[in-house]
Amino acid sequence: MNNRLKVLRAERNWSQGDLADKLEVSRQSVNAIETGRYDPSLPLAFKIAELFELAIEDIFVSPSKEA
Amino acid sequence: MIMSPATRRYNKRVILLSLVYAAFLIGAVYAFKHHLVGGPVAWIVAILPALPIIGIFAAIGLYLVEEQDEYVRMLMVRQTLWASGFALSIATMWGFLESFELVSHVEVYWVSVLWFGGLGLGNFANRLTMGGGR
Repeated sequence: MNNRLKVLRAERNWSQGDLADKLEVSRQSVNAIETGRYDPSLPLAFKIAELFELAIEDIFVSPSKEA
Repeated sequence: MIMSPATRRYNKRVILLSLVYAAFLIGAVYAFKHHLVGGPVAWIVAILPALPIIGIFAAIGLYLVEEQDEYVRMLMVRQTLWASGFALSIATMWGFLESFELVSHVEVYWVSVLWFGGLGLGNFANRLTMGGGR
């Protein structure tokens, strides 16, 4: 699933490791989510959204709305 | 790469169980070679080396329960599916070859060995398709 995670992370000057620490997951998980190879579960998606103080749909692009 | 607490516990369990396996196997081989066991005791001694191997399967199950990182957990699940598919496919093929007397008999415990080999295959498949193994 496409997402804005990399941009949001860069805006805060966080490395993948920083974000992984904040989400309590591995750096490889952050990398897999950022590159769209892995779609996070709903609880993890909410955790990401709450960390960035955004709604889930402001971070993740719905597959049905992708061009 | 930093190991998760679940991975550390899994590694400890597997190392301990491997040591127990070596001890049980050496003991069982020695006991049978020197005709030290018979009757029901022989059955128990023969099964002893299988127990730590079963323990390793349980350790993998515990790891899947304890791992908090859902992506890493999914990679391990994929590895175990590859391992099961690989071991069962080879065992099925070998079984038919054996029934038609084209190959010699192989002890069934080799299926476990194939399964552990299949974990490596699963790790390779993860690296190819997910860009990262465990």
